[in-house]
Amino acid sequence: MSIRGQAMIAGAFEHPLRKIPDISIPRLHAEVAAGALADAGLTFADVDAYFCAGDAPGFGPLSMADYMGLTNLRYVDSTDIGGSSYVAHIGHAAAAIAAGKCEVALVTLGGLPLQGPAFSAVNNPANPEYAFENVFGTTTPAMYALAAQRHMHEYGTTPEQLAEVKVAASHHAQHNPNALLQKVVTVEDVLNSPYIADPLHRLDCCVITDGGGAVVVVSPAVAKRLERQSVTVLGHGEAPKTAAGGRIDLTHTGAVWSGPKAFAEAGVTHADIDYASIYDSFTITVIETIEDLGFCEKGQGGAFVASGALRAPDGGLPFNTDGGGLCNNHPVNRGGMTKVLEAVRQLRGEAHPAVQVPDADIALAHGTGGSLGTRMGSATLILGREA
Amino acid sequence: MTDATNAGAASAEGGARIGSDLPAPAPAQNPETAGFWKATTEGRLLFTRCDSCSEPTWYPREFCPHCGTLDVTWEEAAGTGTVYSFTIVRRGALGPYAGGSPYVLAYVELDEGVRMMTNIVEIDEAELRIGLPVRAVFHDTGDGSALPRFEPAA
Repeated sequence: MSIRGQAMIAGAFEHPLRKIPDISIPRLHAEVAAGALADAGLTFADVDAYFCAGDAPGFGPLSMADYMGLTNLRYVDSTDIGGSSYVAHIGHAAAAIAAGKCEVALVTLGGLPLQGPAFSAVNNPANPEYAFENVFGTTTPAMYALAAQRHMHEYGTTPEQLAEVKVAASHHAQHNPNALLQKVVTVEDVLNSPYIADPLHRLDCCVITDGGGAVVVVSPAVAKRLERQSVTVLGHGEAPKTAAGGRIDLTHTGAVWSGPKAFAEAGVTHADIDYASIYDSFTITVIETIEDLGFCEKGQGGAFVASGALRAPDGGLPFNTDGGGLCNNHPVNRGGMTKVLEAVRQLRGEAHPAVQVPDADIALAHGTGGSLGTRMGSATLILGREA
Repeated sequence: MTDATNAGAASAEGGARIGSDLPAPAPAQNPETAGFWKATTEGRLLFTRCDSCSEPTWYPREFCPHCGTLDVTWEEAAGTGTVYSFTIVRRGALGPYAGGSPYVLAYVELDEGVRMMTNIVEIDEAELRIGLPVRAVFHDTGDGSALPRFEPAA
């Protein structure tokens, strides 16, 4: 069974704020849920499936279903694979809808890392790897720095090439009035920013923001009743990558597996992708991911981005036109939701005119979770403009 | 405590020796890992090898993730290897590392073939490179364990 064309994203909403000092996390989830449902033209009473990850407070989906009064649920899923969770959730929702298990699936993300310690699945001493990794002083940027260092060693990737990912994102963010960082930066700006963990500078790292977002995934029958333009789910792939029992290879991501599954299910090729949301926790994340998704040869990601390919609207692979996690928003340190949201905007023709890809028919959204340096979630979605 | 920012700048400019003053937080132990940590107090680095497929595993565990076998044997590593990748953590250190000097986080590939997360210590920044030969040293946590770290072998 394929999910191709069996489910639609009917509603999407991104919280407009990046610092939210006076709200609770449950209320934040409810606000983004209300926003996505209103966008779709639906109500909380229509929701019969709910998806959330570790950022949702309390007892998985039960606490939030309780808080939001979701009394008509017949399907729940709290898969947590870090920032990639919400990309995977849409694939799971589409499969559940295709199987007839539900018709209106709500997915929420929300959190307030600037207001206090955020939920972290990684820094938990109960994790079996903790005593063999975290005791040595691991940090999230350091994990990605290890991958960057090795990629540079094996493929000759340069700091300037890494920096171009941030530069392209900043060119897009200047048009987003909600973006945390709206200033255009240069390669020199990136290289002159202080090292966080060599070879990654401050500007190689994504922003940290309060905020959240939500999407509503519905059956084609429900979508047909709605006035709002929907986006069709064409394909989905996911694949955790592990540390492989001591055989870890830092130069590739789980996208080597999730990407081909999504392309095969969607029945499209790389040349068909008009726009791509590529998870950008760090600049190296983008370079490894576009290689692994097959947009360029392995090891050529640096040269690919340096050619200007990522810049909208004219680059060969316009990416993260909202400014991405590097400039716009990375709510709760989990960027998968915002990747989907900008892909939906592009396919509806509702991205900022300066970065809207003309006639965007097919978009890809890719999520990464955990870390390139150890174990990671990887999820790829391919979406299409409603026929 | 040295401010991490200033120490990072000094290190980058002066090529100061790094990793001389790292904390040694005690890892949580459980019945599966207690023997491993006891060995570290004797200066021995253990790993597990599968009784069925003979593959070594890191982090060590009483299970083979390569073939799914429950039977493994603890073996002693030579304690030598090479740097597979490294970074210098200059900002954002957590827990016991917060507020300290920059330090090196690395993967070392042991001669037995597994790659392990660790720190490189007693090293000049200019010496750091992928492929650098290193040997294990053990930093006592004061709580029945020692952290296996590595210093340049030469």
